[in-house]
Amino acid sequence: MKNDLVLRVVGKLLIPFILLFALYVQFHGDFGPGGGFQAGTILAAAMVFYALIFGVDTARRVVPDWLVETMLAAGVLLFAGVGIAGLLLGGNYLDYFVLDADPVHGQHRGIFWVEAGVAITVSGVMLKIFYMFASREDADCSEVGDRTED
Amino acid sequence: MALSVLMLIRVRNLFAVIVLFGIYSFLMATVLVALDAVDVAMTEAAVGAGVSTVLLLGALHLCKSREAKPAHRPWLPLAVALSTGLVLVYGAMGLPDFADPLSPIHTHVAPRYLQNEVQVPNVVTAVLASFRAYDTLGETAVVFTAGAGIIALLRRRKKPPAAGCAEKGGQ
Repeated sequence: MKNDLVLRVVGKLLIPFILLFALYVQFHGDFGPGGGFQAGTILAAAMVFYALIFGVDTARRVVPDWLVETMLAAGVLLFAGVGIAGLLLGGNYLDYFVLDADPVHGQHRGIFWVEAGVAITVSGVMLKIFYMFASREDADCSEVGDRTED
Repeated sequence: MALSVLMLIRVRNLFAVIVLFGIYSFLMATVLVALDAVDVAMTEAAVGAGVSTVLLLGALHLCKSREAKPAHRPWLPLAVALSTGLVLVYGAMGLPDFADPLSPIHTHVAPRYLQNEVQVPNVVTAVLASFRAYDTLGETAVVFTAGAGIIALLRRRKKPPAAGCAEKGGQ
């Protein structure tokens, strides 16, 4: 689809807004519908869109494999790290009240980082799965792709 | 929605199946919006209709686009599925009425959640990320495991036939 002018122009126009919307969903998750899972998926969808229009190899140059794989683990580690931070600050595991002098503020801080971790992992996994499928064009295949759950 | 499900069963062209699947997901998202579960609807629209459609299309690109004739008769699986469904429906009849304010789910921990000591305006986020953070950590770990599994399954196969498909080696 690389040579389709309409797709290229529309894609270039839309992708920044999709990314912006993903960030909005991520950071507005406290106030409206949204959160890490949705934002991560939208983020990954924007990259998949980019890869579909400009080719997987170009997308790989923007978001290389090592970055995706790091994101995969970094999100979970960030999430677990928030829990550890709670432990170190004298609370229970994943207790956010101790993260700041003001308990409510600590909660907000904890939720922020946790949601960031979720978003990083989800978008990393989605992108990785897409890359994996997309880069196997030549290989013969008989299995059906499994559907990722929520 | 029922129409799209029936079509899903009948249609043998896998491309049509995937498109119908996406349509079903979007309809499901509208149902969830109607139930005031906007967060879930958003997830359903983004994951069910968006990304998983693309992933299934990517998988389809690797496979044949016609469904093979089933090797077995469908009666035994059909019977198992139907009886499970009947048991579930029977069990669902014992549930409290829809939106009954006195049902156990609304009187157990939900009032405490709704007091909102976290002071996050979106209660869903508060429950997901704060009260039930263990659950969410588990879910994130599940997603991570899915990704790691995909890597483990698919990357290994890329190395032996490297001679056959050489141009896609760039790691």
